[in-house]
Amino acid sequence: MEDLRELYQEVILDHNRNPKNFKKLENASHTSEGYNPLCGDRINLYLQIEDDRIKDISFVGSGCAISKASSSVMTGELKGKSLAEAKELFKKFQGIITGKTEADLTGLDKLSVFAGVREFPVRVKCAALAWHTMLEAIENGTEAISTE
Amino acid sequence: MEELLDSVVLEKPVSTPIAGFDVERIREDFPILQTRVHGNPLVYLDNAATSQKPQAVIDAISNYYSGENANIHRGVHYLSELATRKYEETREKVRDLINAKSIREIVFVRGTTEAINLVSSTYGRENIRAGDEIIISNMEHHSNIVPWQLLCESIGAKLKVIPINDDGEIIFDEYLKLLNDKTKLVAVVHTSNSLGTINPVQQIISGAHAHDVPVLLDGAQAVPHQKINVQDLDCDFFAFSSHKFFGPTGVGVLFAKEDLLEKMPPYEGGGEMITSVTFEKTTYNELPHKFEAGTPNIAGVVALGKAIDYVSEIGYENIHRHEVELLKYATEELSSIKSLRLIGTAAKKAPVISFTLDNIHPHDMGTILDRQGIAVRTGHHCTQPVMERFNVPATTRASFAFYNTKEEIDRLVEGIHHGLNLFN
Repeated sequence: MEDLRELYQEVILDHNRNPKNFKKLENASHTSEGYNPLCGDRINLYLQIEDDRIKDISFVGSGCAISKASSSVMTGELKGKSLAEAKELFKKFQGIITGKTEADLTGLDKLSVFAGVREFPVRVKCAALAWHTMLEAIENGTEAISTE
Repeated sequence: MEELLDSVVLEKPVSTPIAGFDVERIREDFPILQTRVHGNPLVYLDNAATSQKPQAVIDAISNYYSGENANIHRGVHYLSELATRKYEETREKVRDLINAKSIREIVFVRGTTEAINLVSSTYGRENIRAGDEIIISNMEHHSNIVPWQLLCESIGAKLKVIPINDDGEIIFDEYLKLLNDKTKLVAVVHTSNSLGTINPVQQIISGAHAHDVPVLLDGAQAVPHQKINVQDLDCDFFAFSSHKFFGPTGVGVLFAKEDLLEKMPPYEGGGEMITSVTFEKTTYNELPHKFEAGTPNIAGVVALGKAIDYVSEIGYENIHRHEVELLKYATEELSSIKSLRLIGTAAKKAPVISFTLDNIHPHDMGTILDRQGIAVRTGHHCTQPVMERFNVPATTRASFAFYNTKEEIDRLVEGIHHGLNLFN
């Protein structure tokens, strides 16, 4: 039962109940829809990108606590970051949720709350959905993506 | 948590025993039910996805390969005759199980999905034309939607959908309105896998037959729970899977009336389905072999025979009485959880309960229950139109078999409460 507490940390449950940046961005320059057919998680991501920098970012959608909290935390972390930094953070985040990383994780406290996901292999996709959607939005703009 | 669970189990009343039905003894026949998951005894409530197998079925597979294996229908040697006899004995057992008129009406396939695809690509292609209509319902499994969609797309026919009400029941008057001269087939689920609804199939068939329209029943969720009599029903096609019926995966049955099968072109070409082949002409084998091209899943079919024996021994009446109690108890206990919403409240139901909880996504609940050793299904259950109808992205589904107990329902309820506490 301890690993359930590890997975559903208070921070994650808070973000699930009251997600940050949970709205449609009217002046988005890039958008993408992410969908996990396994559990029906769906997220619409909105980005306002200027000079290769994420000026604003938001999301709407429905899904499990892990996917919703991950979307909420990600949008908070990516605001103001350059596109290169965003991609770099995604790599580190993947390392956190799969446990396969040697990367330096100092200063990544907010993302590290998702480390418990590594004990739940079927839930890794839930945590990664927002990030895959972000990458798709940056690279292709408007096409729907899937984790399958 | 484990201590808490134990105390709950002790406080609850023990199941009322049914004469001749000892659930604890039956559970001993299913070795997997002794498994511990994440340190807890397994509570297996995902029977609508696949059932567990009794030792007799598991042994039948091993015995077949240890002492009976040969290819069937052609060899003159001892083992080939033995394997053929075993394979064909199951055909007779299946005939008896669903009370078909003749073994010529029993075709072995890979599963319900293949059975429906077989009908769609043989009977469907031969008899349905551009502008014709096929009727299905809003509660079909994807496997009874997509084969018809593919057929409709390729020939220009139309798919008509019977709507369902808020309890998850077919709206019968709407069904009658859909029937007309263009209707060429009705394909509906006997028992819904996501809602548990048992459809009024007898009336559905009478309604269709009044228009000379044949009916296919998807019986995958029906056969594990109730006696099916295809002659009483007068259904034209009936499909089910071995693996939801305590038999192995990879085997299923298509029943079709003999006169329909006679007129249908073959499904696949190959060995076994022919009488003679020259480069000019091939003569097809007699029924049902015309539809069984290639070497089939012989071991699987033989083991399905054992599953039929096993269910017959327990008896559908006993199964029904026990499952009615389980469904009633589970419905009452789950309904007592304030934030729980049942999806599927039909008057006639199989022991399947779908539900959602305020503020907890089914996928989270599935993980939380799993960590307590409780196996349920979460998601759309391959019935996305049902999810859309009830405006939910997914549900959590507990589906029962005759080897489940009230104590396991208590574990489920306790497990849900644990999730609610975790999220509050």
